[in-house]
Amino acid sequence: MAEKGTVKIEHVSKVYDNGTVGLDDINLDIQSGEFVIVVGLSGAGKSTLLRAINRLHDVSKGHIYIDDQDITTAKGKQLRHIRRNIAMIFQNFNLVKRVSVARNVFNGRVGYYSSLKSVLGLFSKADKERAQENLKRVNMLDKYYTRADQLSGGQQQRVAIARAMMQSPTVFLADEPIASLDPKTTRLVMDDLKRLNEEFGMTVIVNLHSVPLAMAYATRIVGLRDGKLVYDQPIENVSEQDFADIYNESEVQD
Amino acid sequence: MGAALPEKQFSQKWHVKGLLTIILLVLILLTSMKKVEVTGDFSWDQFFEIWQEMAHPDWSYISVIIQPIMQTIQMALVGTLFGTILAIPFSLLAARNIIKSKLILSIVRFFLNIVRAIPDMLLAALFVAVIGIGPMAGVGALTVFSFGMISKLFYEAIETIDEGPIEALRAAGANGIQVVAFGVIPQVFNQFLSYFLYTLEINVRASTVLGYLGAGGVGLYLDQTLSMFLYNRTAVVILGILVVVMVVDGISNHLREVLA
Amino acid sequence: MQHTKRTLWQQSKPWVITLIVILIYIWAFSGIDLSSIKETAGEVTQSILNGLFHPDWAYVYTGDGEDLINALIETLAIAFLGTFISAFLTLPFAFLAAHTKRGFSAHASIGKFILTVIRVFPEIVLALMFIKAVGPGAYAGVLAVSIHSIGMLGKLFSEAIEDIDYGPNEAITAAGGTSLDGMTLATFPSVMPALMNYTLYRFEIAVRSASILGIVGAGGIGAPLIFALQTRNWSRVGIILLGIIVMVTVIDYLSGQIRKRLV
Repeated sequence: MAEKGTVKIEHVSKVYDNGTVGLDDINLDIQSGEFVIVVGLSGAGKSTLLRAINRLHDVSKGHIYIDDQDITTAKGKQLRHIRRNIAMIFQNFNLVKRVSVARNVFNGRVGYYSSLKSVLGLFSKADKERAQENLKRVNMLDKYYTRADQLSGGQQQRVAIARAMMQSPTVFLADEPIASLDPKTTRLVMDDLKRLNEEFGMTVIVNLHSVPLAMAYATRIVGLRDGKLVYDQPIENVSEQDFADIYNESEVQD
Repeated sequence: MGAALPEKQFSQKWHVKGLLTIILLVLILLTSMKKVEVTGDFSWDQFFEIWQEMAHPDWSYISVIIQPIMQTIQMALVGTLFGTILAIPFSLLAARNIIKSKLILSIVRFFLNIVRAIPDMLLAALFVAVIGIGPMAGVGALTVFSFGMISKLFYEAIETIDEGPIEALRAAGANGIQVVAFGVIPQVFNQFLSYFLYTLEINVRASTVLGYLGAGGVGLYLDQTLSMFLYNRTAVVILGILVVVMVVDGISNHLREVLA
Repeated sequence: MQHTKRTLWQQSKPWVITLIVILIYIWAFSGIDLSSIKETAGEVTQSILNGLFHPDWAYVYTGDGEDLINALIETLAIAFLGTFISAFLTLPFAFLAAHTKRGFSAHASIGKFILTVIRVFPEIVLALMFIKAVGPGAYAGVLAVSIHSIGMLGKLFSEAIEDIDYGPNEAITAAGGTSLDGMTLATFPSVMPALMNYTLYRFEIAVRSASILGIVGAGGIGAPLIFALQTRNWSRVGIILLGIIVMVTVIDYLSGQIRKRLV
């Protein structure tokens, strides 16, 4: 079986409409099954990079290949099919607050249905079972019929993970997934991501602020500063001092 | 702990709430349509004729309506003032943190609810019958109308005040009136002014049409021009109303932002 | 020097404002002849109160379709249909007037202006126009309410649209959904309760305005009321007033209960 879940970023730059440089000539080659943690100060371009990978942001220059398919030039149905393979969770969970957990989890499967079917809620039996399976995996099956706004932040993020898993993704993106969580639920969510990485060989890319968590979970650390890639090492070669460099120098610049 | 699928409740399985709501809505809709006798007949010719005539306003009519438009504002000002003066004692009597007697509270609130249930135009019709045609009828209607509205806004504001200063005054031996004067009013004064202006905005809008029933102001000219089919003059009246309402809203909004 | 000047202004500011307010009110009272009350005012007030305490109960239900119950139901039907239609008509205006991007937006300013014009345009004039088009009766009332309500509903709806959280929508896009999927699966369920809440609130107001549209012949309880007032049938006026008060109170209560559960 060909290795699925590779992300190749070639000379990617992003300049916002107002002239701010978000990303500056980023090159990254991520292999299948890696657990990459992207670190850097707020505004260093971490979020922009992650959003460029599934093209929630368009890039200004360069190309991004997901399993050798160029997402930066894909259109319409083709784009949606590539996106289907890339799951994403967000800092604010982004669940639809007023509907049930089950409905939210089904929403992760929209890429496999026509709009008409998904709007009418005509999800197949197999997908309903898949939803239950994914909720079980994050220990949230007992909340199946609960409205999303009745869950705590940590629970919402775990439902969001179950929703993302519905896509049967090969790449899993997490944009500051624990920034709104307390320390205990932080561990649960990070453990969930680690499990997906180890059990399914899924490529996981996470934006984080926390140095200890990055050291504990990553197989590879990538550092960004002012939109530039300033650090890229496998975890074996990373020392705490390296983080200080990634953060400190940019503080001097400020 | 999160491993089992919960039992689906009967109401969830059949979407009882959703279905009932839709059925009820459709039933009300059908009954209403039957009651109203909705038809497809719509004479666009007649409808557009009015608009066409209104599209050529008789500007000379402006000189006629300026004075009544001013009277409209005067009515709104006086009505809002009278309504506010009446509302202050009643809002105190309806505030839970001022009046401890449940009986007084519920009687006052019941009375206020009834007052608020009467539409403004209906008040105007009543006051025209009682006082006679003229701006006094409009002032009367607006007084009662703003009394109902302001009382509610005021007592809700009073109920949110900080209890500390009131307790301190009571502890110092202040009587009821002193508590209100030194403990309550300073805390809510800006909010009261803001609500006063808000009500004034609504009253200006209301008073422009009250005259249709003979209660003074520019509304009288709506009635006159419409009943004589002089739509080119109606257009001028409507434009005048539009300008006045927008100017008053603008000034009032600005003042309320300053107060906030 | 400048410092003392400022304190002088600060000291005199409250007095200046008070003076302006007093002048405004002197002007306001000058336009209204406070003594212009009919001599019969007391008498008529007494008659109305008398009518309120001795209402014409027989009018409540006569069975011939010309009674209070019938007129009240017609009033409710006008308010309900008018608000229902208005909610749909409002949507495009609300999207036009919603300020979804930061900074100045021409379409939002135009949209807000259109909504203000609609809100200020007298409902009674609208009713008269529709009477021209469809003839007198409740149908003209429905049309007047449905157009007039756009003004306020559009303002409220556009505020709800401005408050939409586009996060869930983005999550759907990220999962490979179309923009239609995002609209229907994320945005719609999030914004729906707010829109329903505002629609119910507007319905409460529509009940009040539908009860006076009859004054110009657009159906509902207004026509019998004006007729009773003109013919000085005070016990009839009394029962109609009671009917309106009870109807408005009950609708406010029910609507308030539903709105509480929507949140």
